[in-house]
Amino acid sequence: MEFELSKNPGYKTLAEISPGQRAIVIELLVRGMIRHRLLDLGLLPGTEVEAVMKSPLGTPTAYRIRGSLLALRPEDASKVRVQHMHS
Amino acid sequence: MVMEGNNLNADKKGYSFQQESHRHLEKGHDYLVALAGNPNTGKSTVFNALTGLHQHVGNWPGKTVARAEGYFKHMGKRYKLIDLPGTYSLHATAIDEEIARNFILFTRPDIVVVVVDSTTLERNLNLVLQVLEITDRVVICLNLIDEATRKGLKIDEKQLSFDLGVPVVPTVANAGKGLNDLVKAIAGVASGKIHTNPHHVALNPEIGKAIDEITPYVKRVAGDLPNTRWIAMRLLEGDNRIREALESGELASLAKSNQDGRRE
Repeated sequence: MEFELSKNPGYKTLAEISPGQRAIVIELLVRGMIRHRLLDLGLLPGTEVEAVMKSPLGTPTAYRIRGSLLALRPEDASKVRVQHMHS
Repeated sequence: MVMEGNNLNADKKGYSFQQESHRHLEKGHDYLVALAGNPNTGKSTVFNALTGLHQHVGNWPGKTVARAEGYFKHMGKRYKLIDLPGTYSLHATAIDEEIARNFILFTRPDIVVVVVDSTTLERNLNLVLQVLEITDRVVICLNLIDEATRKGLKIDEKQLSFDLGVPVVPTVANAGKGLNDLVKAIAGVASGKIHTNPHHVALNPEIGKAIDEITPYVKRVAGDLPNTRWIAMRLLEGDNRIREALESGELASLAKSNQDGRRE
């Protein structure tokens, strides 16, 4: 089901969220160990995430998740489908 | 793939030869205690505070990951304390996580102390629940409680202890606060004076049924391993690392060698 959803062109991924913006995790677009790893780090559906800063070379980006800072590369952040929060 | 200032393979120095020369430290123990926890929770500070100078650092057998072990005494009993590598979960993705997982699963310490960062409690509870799936004899060390208070967080440790079914002890390890209570809780669970009743995540009945179906096959392939249910769950999740380890006989020999190591 998750893969069908992801075919919807209207979605955004965490990689497209710029510093200062917030989003809510909808689903993870990956299976296997990377999925597990992301879940272990707290990226469950419904989790609020804020992009905090980009490193000088543009990658990785730091995100605030459940009170802690987490740095993700764009290739991993792009596996997290989110809904942008307008505030 | 995920970077956070943690200790992934932080120690690349080969110290394994030192293990033999420190045998004089190992005079036997009454209880084996493992310290588990996410990276950066102050786990090693708790370890140092409990063991003081009675510790030594070597390597995990065959791995370039530091292994610290030490001792403390309480009411005439000797406790051997092992500082496990910091890990976010027991689904091992890195070598140090695998070490922590194998130790809890197969060496089966008498007590597992899970050190959690009170300021990011929610994320830390993931590991706590996974440990409670494997063993009943757990004590939660609610560390960095002063920082949580400073952040305006209030943690109801009595309710948390009630919900998790194991003792929860607030500490500020780098100031030495709460450590006496922690030792008392460890001793209480070790001696059986404190009875634990761990919270288990409710499984969907169909998954429970599938686990029951697979478990006898796991036993047939691997022999009578501890925690065959846990292995069955990982197989259902499609964890290839576990599958390979099961098929190659690695799990069976791991369980055996870890049990031998327990009595060292």
